Amino acid sequence: MAPRLLSSRWAKVLVFALSLVPLLVLGWRGLRQDLGANPVEFITRSTGDWTLRFLLLTLAISPLRKQAGLAALIRFRRMLGLFSFFYGSLHLLTYVWFDKFFDLGDILKDVATRRFITIGLFGFLAMLPLAVTSTSGWIRRLGGRRWKLLHRLVYACVAAGVVHYYWLVKSDVRFPLVYASIAGVLLATRRYTESRGLVSGHGPVAPAVVSATTELIT
Amino acid sequence: MITTTSRPDFLHSEVTPKAHYLNRRRFLGGLAAAGLAFPSLAGTKFTGVVKSPLSTAEKPTSYDAVTKYNNFYEFGTGKDQPAETAQNFQTSPWTVVIEGEVAKPRILDLDAILKIAPLEERIYRHRCVEGWSMVVPWIGFPLSALIKLAAPSASAKYVAFQSYYDIRQMPQARYGGIPFPYVEGLRLDEAMNPLTLLAVGLYGETLPNQNGAPLRLVVPWKYGFKGIKSIVKIRFTAKQPPTSWSMANAREYGFYSNVNPRVDHPRWSQAKERRMGEFFKRDTLLFNGYADQVAALYSGMDLRKDY
Repeated sequence: MAPRLLSSRWAKVLVFALSLVPLLVLGWRGLRQDLGANPVEFITRSTGDWTLRFLLLTLAISPLRKQAGLAALIRFRRMLGLFSFFYGSLHLLTYVWFDKFFDLGDILKDVATRRFITIGLFGFLAMLPLAVTSTSGWIRRLGGRRWKLLHRLVYACVAAGVVHYYWLVKSDVRFPLVYASIAGVLLATRRYTESRGLVSGHGPVAPAVVSATTELIT
Repeated sequence: MITTTSRPDFLHSEVTPKAHYLNRRRFLGGLAAAGLAFPSLAGTKFTGVVKSPLSTAEKPTSYDAVTKYNNFYEFGTGKDQPAETAQNFQTSPWTVVIEGEVAKPRILDLDAILKIAPLEERIYRHRCVEGWSMVVPWIGFPLSALIKLAAPSASAKYVAFQSYYDIRQMPQARYGGIPFPYVEGLRLDEAMNPLTLLAVGLYGETLPNQNGAPLRLVVPWKYGFKGIKSIVKIRFTAKQPPTSWSMANAREYGFYSNVNPRVDHPRWSQAKERRMGEFFKRDTLLFNGYADQVAALYSGMDLRKDY
């Protein structure tokens, strides 16, 4: 049943539409002047959160298809990854525009002296080649092996994103730690399946991953 | 295009008459009994408040922003959290202990505190260490009036403040990441400066709980976290007292914490600030624009070292 639904052509449309919901909610709240006392902070937070959430969803695909036997999930991985890049771009744009008003000197000073910004920018730049080479053409041109190797950069993106968040908060590190632990579980699952030679079937970690990610998106 | 929230500020005369909102309160009480949440309610209006010449002529930030965008970590670290989680905070009866190096230690209840000096409205700039600012019409009286009452001895060099703390009333505090009860401190001459205010209200009414009811400190030339909320203890000391944020992270938060655009926070610049309700950032002013009144307090000090 589930595999049939997943391979339906409407599933992709649905995932695409759902992935736009955070942006639509932001836009709607903006129009209603409902972004709180500090709208720029609200937008920065929201786009940053969704960048990390989509990154984690993207990372969850592989373990899920291997452990839960949902091979069809692979169809959504590129889209989720690109949405992460999309929200990451909005996040960066919010900072460059509404926080720095394109003051390049000021931005460079931030990048040089504030480690949470340095690592955040690193995470974004690491996403760039992944977004560019996400097309089938690029997979062919690079060859599957090299392409796969390049796309391991996604681990650096997640690590950078989580540390960026951790270094940003003043004292309450609960949320950064939630993201860090989910990322940890996903990476551990990956190592586990790799060490077992990509076995399929229902592994013990998969349900935890599912509940963790659904928790994130609700 | 992003539009910022800038609703018109209302005049005090436009504030809902007490009888009306008491009716509303009864109505909402019914809702609450039915298990429905309701927004925090306005406090009691003060009468006979004198307008202070120390006020800024700048436009006050909307009541909505002042009372819904708060840092009060005992009630949660989210800015919108305290307005909700502090609603049922018990602020009556309330007493403040005055002790330490003083000739007249005492315990004052709130009624006695309100009689120490005539209440004034003081419209002050408020600059948060995080890089945002507001303009708040506080109601209060100079801290110096209370200090004179306590008659500090010659050995008193500092004033230490302590906030109320009760985990049962503040369950969110366990996630705050800083030690509680919250403590703050001033040098005695800073505390005696005419600008230093003990606030009991804002926008003509008693302080909403999330803003530090029933009694808080306002030191307009310092970052907002120096303005300790819900004060229960004022102690005069010979040595510089510990302060909460400095205990949590001494490299990032110093004892003085004077607003200074030239001394950056290790993780962000303090050169500019975003005034709530405005889109473009403004330049941050040395001592938050109160240099004329307070710069002399720090003559000869290296503000980079004593941040």
